[in-house]
Amino acid sequence: MSEARANILARLRAAPQVQPPERPYWQAPSFNDRLDRFRMMIEAVHGEVHVVTEQTWRPHLRKILAEKNVARVLAAPHLGIDWDDVVAYDAPVEDFKDQLVSGIDACVTTTRGAIAETGSLVVVPDVDEPRLASLLPPIHVALLKADDIADNLAQIIEAQGWAAAMPTNLLLISGPSKTADIEQTLAYGVHGPKELIVLVLQ
Amino acid sequence: MAADFSTRAHDALNNPQLRANFRRAMDGLMTKRAAQFEDKDNWTALRAKGAAIKARALAQLPDLLEEFEQKAIANGITVHWAETTADANRIVLEILTAHGAKKVIKGKSMVSEEMHLNAHLEAHGIKAVESDLGEYIIQLAGEAPSHIVMPCIHKNKGEIAQLFTDNIENQPYTEDVDALTAAARQVLRREFASADAGLSGANFLVAETGSLVLIENEGNGRLSTTLPPLHIAVAGIEKLVEKLDDVAPLLALLPRSATGQAITTYVNMITSPRKSGEQDGPRQVHLVLLDNGRSRVYADEQLRDTLRCIRCGACMNHCPVYSRVGGHTYGSVYPGPIGKILTPQLAGLDCAGDLPHASTLCNACVEVCPVQIPIADILVRLRTEAAEPSASPAVKGAGSGHSAVESAVWKGWQAMYANPAAYKVGTKALSVVGNLIPAAAPLLKQWTSVRTKPKFAAKTLHQLAREKGYDNE
Ligand code: SF4
Repeated sequence: MSEARANILARLRAAPQVQPPERPYWQAPSFNDRLDRFRMMIEAVHGEVHVVTEQTWRPHLRKILAEKNVARVLAAPHLGIDWDDVVAYDAPVEDFKDQLVSGIDACVTTTRGAIAETGSLVVVPDVDEPRLASLLPPIHVALLKADDIADNLAQIIEAQGWAAAMPTNLLLISGPSKTADIEQTLAYGVHGPKELIVLVLQ
Repeated sequence: MAADFSTRAHDALNNPQLRANFRRAMDGLMTKRAAQFEDKDNWTALRAKGAAIKARALAQLPDLLEEFEQKAIANGITVHWAETTADANRIVLEILTAHGAKKVIKGKSMVSEEMHLNAHLEAHGIKAVESDLGEYIIQLAGEAPSHIVMPCIHKNKGEIAQLFTDNIENQPYTEDVDALTAAARQVLRREFASADAGLSGANFLVAETGSLVLIENEGNGRLSTTLPPLHIAVAGIEKLVEKLDDVAPLLALLPRSATGQAITTYVNMITSPRKSGEQDGPRQVHLVLLDNGRSRVYADEQLRDTLRCIRCGACMNHCPVYSRVGGHTYGSVYPGPIGKILTPQLAGLDCAGDLPHASTLCNACVEVCPVQIPIADILVRLRTEAAEPSASPAVKGAGSGHSAVESAVWKGWQAMYANPAAYKVGTKALSVVGNLIPAAAPLLKQWTSVRTKPKFAAKTLHQLAREKGYDNE
């Protein structure tokens, strides 16, 4: 073990011990209509919400994307989107990078749920839906089951047992990429997607 | 840059452009934050919880660091320990050299600023490119951040437009924010795609799971930690929290305090490098844990509270000094109230002894701090340590501000106020000769240079009281 490690830990251990304080009570809010709150929060940061069904979402999505002049879409095969210009992210990023950085107009991913309080999607990238899928294309379409919207972060961490099995990467996504670095003026799509479209499956 | 705080403050106060830029920005940030915490009872309970979570983690810090390390290693992350910023720079450079890296793309990291990492890498032939828009702008300008959350808050559109025209090929002059943002996106996309490594900080390190939690709005943090084949994170040892669900209340505090947002666009939890079968993500993740004086500060129970800081910047947004003089005036990486207590502790009172005095002790920072750091008390403590050091080993450079004259004056004051006879003689004497002392007298001069010398009353309080018929002194 490194000397630095030993020295740092020794200094910390030599310091006066204090009793760790208990966590006082505070509860994050809950909502009567979680979808309503989710929609309000995510629309406030430039996100788009469409309520659809298991049967209608594909044609609905096709219409939305056509209106936005989207040509090439990135989606995992298991989503069953069978239009012409749909590609899967099925190669290592080293081989796929160029296409990903500039050749894809939109990407569709699933979500593991959402948080009503803050209007956040829980996205867990995996083998079929890698990490950069929801980041590099200019439009991100996220599929969300209405029943998977939790009240708040603490609730979903607990309910889904995150602490016991953290994946490689877990993301909360609350709107499209944005910046206010220039004179506090909001601008969207600075590095990630310019648009975030949430299809809520009811 | 001028050598001391007061000279720089004087320059800043006489710069109307700078003052207007800061005033507008701070007013906006204060209003947005206030709107987030309208429910006072909820705010009080939430910050008490935030403070307790951080205090609790600090109380168990050595154990949590070991637990975190064990989990992180099991997850495939390589953990390094650095006692000084020089050590941390050396470690980062070694990792990069071992990978033959020539270009590093950086997400926003205050610890990397604390290390002056970019200069170190550049000196060894490695290009470090800042990718946070604000950081990118000040890198083009060759400046340091002036705010820990919004690094280029001191610049206006016109200045940024000019920088872009001068530095980006074929970039016409435009003050349109969307166009400027799009130009940066294009330039930086290329940098991301060709970077050999990504570097980031971390907002929280979770001992329970060995995860790094990073928050941001732009997506550059996600890109820096995902696209290049190598990810190096640098973080102070105080970033630990015990449990994953401790992150929830802290996330309910940090972005709302910082920018008045309910949450940042991205919360990025990283627990391992790319696993086999996964298509992207770095193949190696390294974390450098930096001490740089933190474990020394930790030795003092009062000063330890400094380490609760979650770097939200609310204290600077609300500071009447910061909002008028701006971040560069502090001459240190961390400006504003947190900088005034952190910098002298990390660097030593002998190096940054004037910072604890750059405050009116108005307590605005204490009122908004989401983790209840008693900034004003610590400022007073540091002022005292500079003049009359205690035995605490936590303070570097204690006693460096000691002045025999000042010390004698206070001792005389103390003796006079502790003894009725001396007090009577002393105040009587001042009522007679006080007004004869010129404002430019040696010891008074500095004080009266910015204030009118007060007039001593012709009669002392005792005399007045006696005239009114009170005789029981
Ligand atoms: S001292 Fe408190 S208010 Fe200031 S940056 Fe740290 S956490 Fe925020």
